[in-house]
Amino acid sequence: MLRYSLTRFLGAIPTLLILVTLAFFMIRAAPGGPFDAEKQLPAEIEANLRAAYHLDEPLVQQFGRYVWNISRGDFGPSFQYKDYSVTELIAAGFPVSLRLGGSAMLLALLCGVAAGTFAALRQNSRSDHAVMAASMTGISIPNFVMAPLLILFFAVYLGWLPAGGIGDGGLRYMILPVISLALPQIAYIARLTRGSMIEVLRSNFVRTARAQGLPERTVILRHALKPALLPVVSYLGPATAAVITGSVVIEQIFGVPGLGRYFVQGALNRDYTLVMGVVVFYGALIIMFNLLVDLVYAWLDPRVKYA
Amino acid sequence: MTRCRWIPPLALLVSLAAGCGDPGAGAQRASSARIGGETGVELAGLQVLRRGNSAEPQSLDPHKSEGVPESNLQRDLYEGLTTEAPDGTLMPGAASSWEVSDDGLVYIFHMRENARWSNGDRVTARDFEYGLRRSVDPATLSNYSIMLRPIENAEAIIAGELPAESLGVHAIDDLTLEIRLSGPTPYFLGVLNHSASYAVHRPTVEKYGDRWARPGRLVSNGAYRLQDWVMQAHIILERNPYYWDNDNTTIDEVWYYPIENQSTELQRYRADALDMTYDLPFRQLAWIRGNLPHELVISEYLGVYYYGLNVTREPFRDNRELRRALNLAVDREILTGQVTTAGEIPAYGFVPAAAGYTQFVPEWAHWTRAERIAEARRLYEAAGYSRDRPLRLQILYNTHENHRTIAVAVASMWKENLGIEAELVNEEWKVYLETRRTKQNTQVFRAGWISDYNDAYNFLEILHSDSGLNDSGWSNTRYDELLALAAQENDVARRAAYMHEAERIILDEIPVVPIYFYVTKRLVKPWVGGYQPNIMDHIYTKHLHILKH
Repeated sequence: MLRYSLTRFLGAIPTLLILVTLAFFMIRAAPGGPFDAEKQLPAEIEANLRAAYHLDEPLVQQFGRYVWNISRGDFGPSFQYKDYSVTELIAAGFPVSLRLGGSAMLLALLCGVAAGTFAALRQNSRSDHAVMAASMTGISIPNFVMAPLLILFFAVYLGWLPAGGIGDGGLRYMILPVISLALPQIAYIARLTRGSMIEVLRSNFVRTARAQGLPERTVILRHALKPALLPVVSYLGPATAAVITGSVVIEQIFGVPGLGRYFVQGALNRDYTLVMGVVVFYGALIIMFNLLVDLVYAWLDPRVKYA
Repeated sequence: MTRCRWIPPLALLVSLAAGCGDPGAGAQRASSARIGGETGVELAGLQVLRRGNSAEPQSLDPHKSEGVPESNLQRDLYEGLTTEAPDGTLMPGAASSWEVSDDGLVYIFHMRENARWSNGDRVTARDFEYGLRRSVDPATLSNYSIMLRPIENAEAIIAGELPAESLGVHAIDDLTLEIRLSGPTPYFLGVLNHSASYAVHRPTVEKYGDRWARPGRLVSNGAYRLQDWVMQAHIILERNPYYWDNDNTTIDEVWYYPIENQSTELQRYRADALDMTYDLPFRQLAWIRGNLPHELVISEYLGVYYYGLNVTREPFRDNRELRRALNLAVDREILTGQVTTAGEIPAYGFVPAAAGYTQFVPEWAHWTRAERIAEARRLYEAAGYSRDRPLRLQILYNTHENHRTIAVAVASMWKENLGIEAELVNEEWKVYLETRRTKQNTQVFRAGWISDYNDAYNFLEILHSDSGLNDSGWSNTRYDELLALAAQENDVARRAAYMHEAERIILDEIPVVPIYFYVTKRLVKPWVGGYQPNIMDHIYTKHLHILKH
């Protein structure tokens, strides 16, 4: 297992390098530059800025310099947010996104698995249809519609919860963003769990367990749930990576200072270093979560072995 | 850190979300109960203002930022040699008085003896000498140093030809500052209120280098100082107890929120989480008028929204008739009355109501709609087009709902009045800027300009042959001459006459089609006292107070 993890870990380096190369040249190929503004800068000022950020060097040299710097953990200064380095911005944004996304995924997992199992056990009943209809609605209503509706109801009309921001960092500021982020995930996980649970419940080992006279509760929780979660686990890897690196929409609507907004703002401002920093960080996280998923798989399914 | 004791797994969920603990809203000190004596207004105990501020600032270093959100913050943090009254008129700031030489080239400023930085240090003439030199020094990487061009040697320093020490700014002693200009600049006192002219605290800048403008480090000389900055969430400024006019400042703390989406901002306002918005969503104006009419503040804003015509290429090159026809065929009353609807002012000239300038109104502005259209058709045909042989063109704008709506309206006016087949092209901001600038593919492009300082010159220089904003590619020798004359003229009336003549040339040649003059539109809670709209939309927190509510 250790050797497997190590091999996978080392295998990630070329993947990251390819990612860095693609991202580096693609962002520079986009029209417009970091210092373009409505009022064009006088040539001497623009030249001065370009030189300060090494943008006057040949592209290959810039690339070499960038790879060398990131290998030492230096993501460079942000072009847009001049008082901060990219590393500082990621270090400030990621814990917030992690907290928000982690809470949302945990909530999604708890509610989604419970709802999916509940529906599977009552297949084709009214409650099954109700759960599935609700989850279909959850998947279909996009975040940018659901979040403002939640704000309108809970913050504007009822006044129970804040409409956005993080205020003093209290729990109540996180409730609506977490719910908005979790809702589509709950719906998706519920559908995955239901489908997989129905299949598992028909399998021989479950029939055997029931034939042995085990109580239904034990059959479900001890025997059926683990294998039924396999598709959910494969989904969780990339989904968690996506959610904890920040949701642009949710962060914008609720004013949450996470990582997600840097993606979009970095790209719009042609803040090359910021976009690159977030891409590399995101790439590394995805690779790590996929590895984690594979390891959890081995634990959940005795048929999976890594040598 | 408070230890969390919960029952898992719910505990994990809660603690992840909560970060274990709510420190509470933080104690605020109560202000005096009234201002204006016994008959004055009664104040709220908690003097905290919450302002929407559109975007995250690029920097709080006044020499390294250029946008409106940055300026709003910096006006509270710093104070230039001049500052503004609530109505926008210039008044003494860090300098208590000044004298100007007869030729308008030498300014002598007398500093306030009681001006202090937020750490208690004295604010002296040397701080401004250092600040202005730093602002023009190429090593600072300022992208707005161009504002200081009127100062002697500034252009050569920006170009790297002279050292920053050669700038025409000299601290005669701690309390006296001399500034020499390269030409008389009647708007110069307004430039001194711009962030490019602010002083910075030298020991702090030298100690922390590029990383000085942060909480715990930033030292400022305005009515407020930086308390906290959570990127993408909020910036908190607190009262600067050393500020020379601290006794007349009422608000203790101001929170700035970077909220880019106007609908989101409106919701925050409606939930009482904001006292003032930055802007309002175009589509919800009718709802706001119906439901929050007494909180809606709409006022004139010194800016112009226009369509540029690329005169370097067909069909507009050497075709003044066509440009004039397009200009006449845009019905500004309908556009502002039925499309934009916030109360924007129809623009017949190019320069909005700048200080000391009589706006130019072309003769055709007094014509009836039918007369304008008849003349537009005549010119259109004279340019070689007709309903059977229509002009086909593209209107380029940066992707935004408001710009699209206006482009649709203008295109339909051109279609209806002249038969022009216009295609709308939208591009993402930076792509649009590049397309505009290269002038290879553009025909008609959307543009706008909000003034840096309250002077007509700031608008007219857009169309100077060498201007970084002149994406029409228009060049007119007489026009450039008139601007040069205005820049050198010390007599206010003669200067205005030169500028008027320059504007007449624009409206005769039509390299641009002015559409409307901007307004600011904002919601302000009824408990925000002292709010006074002004044409530059410079709202200083120190002029406001929170009423008891």
